[in-house]
Amino acid sequence: MATKLPKTDIVLVGVGWVGGIIAAELTKKGYKVVGIERGKERSTEDYFMAHDELRYAERKEMMQDLSKETITFRHDMTKRALPYREWGSFLIGEGTGGSGEHWNGQTYRFLPYDFEIYSETVKRYGKGKIPKGMMLQDWGITYEELEPYFDKFDAMTGISGEANPLPDSPQIKYPNPPMLETPAIKLFKNAAKELGYHPYHMPSNNLSQSYTNPDGVSRGACQYCGFCERFGCEYGAKASPVVTVLPVAKETGNFEVRTHSVVRKVLHTNGKATGVLYVDIRTGEEFIQEADVVVVSAYQMNNIKLLLNSQLGRPYDPVTGTGVIGRNYAYQTILGTAVGFFDKEFNLYGGAGSLGAQIDDFNGDFFDHTDLDFLHGATIQITQLGDRPIANNQIPAGVPTWGKEFKDASVTNANRALIVKAQGASLPWQDNYIDLDPTYKDAFGDPLLRMTFNWKDQDRQLMKFMGEKSAEIMKKMGAKDIKINGLEVGDYDIRNYQSTHNTGGVIMGSDPETSALNSYLQMWDCENVFVPGASAFAQNSGYNPTGTVGALAYRAAEGIEKYLKTGGLLV
Amino acid sequence: MSEQENKTTYLDKRSSRRTFIKNSGLTVGGVVLGGALGSLLGKDSTSKTNETGVHSATTSVNFNQALMYFDKAQFDTIEAAAEQIFPKTEVGPGAKELLVAYYIDHQLAGSFGLNSKEYMTGPFFPAEAVPQQGYQTHLNRQQVFNLGIAALNTEAAKKSDDKPKFANLTEEQQIEILKDFEADKVKLNGAVSSSFFFSLLRKVTIEGVYADPMYGGNKDMAGWKMKNFPGHQSSYTNVLEKDEFVKIDPMSLNSQHQH
Ligand SMILES: Cc1cc2nc3c(=O)[nH]c(=O)nc-3n(C[C@H](O)[C@H](O)[C@H](O)COP(=O)(O)OP(=O)(O)OC[C@H]3O[C@@H](n4cnc5c(N)ncnc54)[C@H](O)[C@@H]3O)c2cc1C
Ligand code: SF4
Repeated sequence: MATKLPKTDIVLVGVGWVGGIIAAELTKKGYKVVGIERGKERSTEDYFMAHDELRYAERKEMMQDLSKETITFRHDMTKRALPYREWGSFLIGEGTGGSGEHWNGQTYRFLPYDFEIYSETVKRYGKGKIPKGMMLQDWGITYEELEPYFDKFDAMTGISGEANPLPDSPQIKYPNPPMLETPAIKLFKNAAKELGYHPYHMPSNNLSQSYTNPDGVSRGACQYCGFCERFGCEYGAKASPVVTVLPVAKETGNFEVRTHSVVRKVLHTNGKATGVLYVDIRTGEEFIQEADVVVVSAYQMNNIKLLLNSQLGRPYDPVTGTGVIGRNYAYQTILGTAVGFFDKEFNLYGGAGSLGAQIDDFNGDFFDHTDLDFLHGATIQITQLGDRPIANNQIPAGVPTWGKEFKDASVTNANRALIVKAQGASLPWQDNYIDLDPTYKDAFGDPLLRMTFNWKDQDRQLMKFMGEKSAEIMKKMGAKDIKINGLEVGDYDIRNYQSTHNTGGVIMGSDPETSALNSYLQMWDCENVFVPGASAFAQNSGYNPTGTVGALAYRAAEGIEKYLKTGGLLV
Repeated sequence: MSEQENKTTYLDKRSSRRTFIKNSGLTVGGVVLGGALGSLLGKDSTSKTNETGVHSATTSVNFNQALMYFDKAQFDTIEAAAEQIFPKTEVGPGAKELLVAYYIDHQLAGSFGLNSKEYMTGPFFPAEAVPQQGYQTHLNRQQVFNLGIAALNTEAAKKSDDKPKFANLTEEQQIEILKDFEADKVKLNGAVSSSFFFSLLRKVTIEGVYADPMYGGNKDMAGWKMKNFPGHQSSYTNVLEKDEFVKIDPMSLNSQHQH
């Protein structure tokens, strides 16, 4: 029998970026918040031995333990889904701070076009431009409405960046100046400019200088140590929940985090949640934490899993295209790249998680799609993250992948290969979706999520186009040899890391028939459950998700406060 | 043997190794030693352990060079195969010199070899799975290696009657066999393919070349030196805007760990 614990105002499932923001905002207002987190407590001291590529990047020290819980995957509905047994395509974090600890910090705002993608596409090209099966829909909120929340997230984390010179792009003033300009970045910027594009520094959540945020939290500047993506920052220079929002929430005395505790279900009766059921995995004991509001902040995938296993919301049916939980799963269309080989050696061992530059000329609808066979686009970028030796083995086309030639080429090019890559928008399709697996279970015996996903012609054409554009820039940069990837993309391959930018499944919108949440991230079907996170995205963009996730979390925090005062659906 | 006797025999071995290095053109692992003894004793010995002759001699032993998982024959097979994947060339040392086979042995002995952080719950459908679905065998990595190594030697026996071990074959023969593994021309058993074993072997070989030396490979950081990778450094702020390449002597995590 589960032990019932005294009721609190708000219970959070998961204490990552979203959980941290909601906790800080509502505890500051005097509300009591309990955060249930399945992983361990983290602090900056944990990252003292962080410069260990094998432990963190290869063996995924900071990620969820897959032996306990994973997803299953298949390419289409006719196939049998099989478990994602070892890490590959995306990595899901665990422990306080969640994936916000080992992320890179490349921090964007989705475009005005993204939030109104259906209306904008129809307005400019007509309904006929949207292929059959593509589930484009508006988000039920506009960029203008979200702007103040974006500003809050930028100020709290301390983004370092410069204005985007592209005409018609939103003008954003960042709290800190951009990161360093390395020779490789300069080369990219100059080449892009010569080609008539509009390069600018990637907006970074690695601090370019020391900074004190509006909550009074001070952090030091990034040291460009090169162990950033997949690692915790021992300097606190990378914005993460552990060094920003979580100490603020704790300071109020209104926040309690229970680590090593896995939430299995959101409990509900008569259309209202009563709390959550969780297990303390150190003792095996079950608890019920009652609350006025339940916030599902467990990362995009886990958000979907929790709702489906709790029988909350109507599961999506891919055959009829009806229902909402599991709808519009999308990913990042990221395989169009150009690798350039140079005679010169660059200092590529150093870098930072969000050190780079890019152009947005081919993202969103900044370019005319009339004669193109895809919608949306990609940002084309160069990054200097710190090339780690196990992972970095660039070889020209035609060189074998092992043996003498491989060894000599990979060693010689260790500091001589630059990559221009395109981060593309993945759009939603009726048969790319998430549901519960009929066979495989997690450590508690609850069904795993099942992902049914594959690239579509839309993605393939986009990647080809972007691979060619990337190569054009690389050529201008003066590479003596160029390898283009993405020209012929086959089926989605879950073995190779691509990005942890999974989106959709519990999307927001203005119509309860086609969305699970309203514009406050409040569930249409259960008014005291809020589900912020990238699961709320109706489609993905050519950007990393967390800037938009952060803004939506601030929006949800405001909604939760409103709800606690007035009750009922907020929209 | 008493403890005392044990120690004496051991010290004899060490000193004969020292004499050998003194007289043999002074190269160990392809690195030319300046003052043979000084370099041989290494950095640690100067800081702490060189007070008595006994201690300074022991620091030259790499206690890591022993086996946790493989038997000797398995070790020899993997050492030879890893060297073909990452051979010694003019550019720098190969897997053997970098002690990659010890690294692989040590990795297989622990959680990686036992797949303790992987989802290993059935049912398994290795025949039905497409490669893009990833790891789909019920075998853990230890078992995959056992099968793979046995098959490397079975293939070797087909090529040579008098020396039927993979490690004894010529370089060309070894490469031929590995190519067949990579192209799935060899059958292991129904639960795992030879190409799967090969890609796992390739992956751990590269790891052993470049992982921090505390894991047993990347001997003396020679993998990093070859690639101009500085290992663990606290800051590159002053380097990154420079146009010229800045070569930095590598440091391992050992330098971060004061006790
Ligand atoms: C390697 C890597 C690099 C990335 N780089 C970038 C980048 O440069 N830019 C960008 O915008 N985004 C990046 N991301 C994505 C970014 O990390 C996520 O978008 C962000 O962390 C999502 O926030 P969240 O709060 O939804 O989830 P998380 O921050 O992951 O937090 C979810 C928390 O919930 C916990 N949890 C899950 N299930 C349960 C349960 N049942 N019970 C209790 N607790 C639970 C988890 O343990 C976790 O702590 C990156 C991600 C990775 C993995
Ligand atoms: S690169 Fe900068 S932000 Fe990233 S971990 Fe190193 S010091 Fe921290």
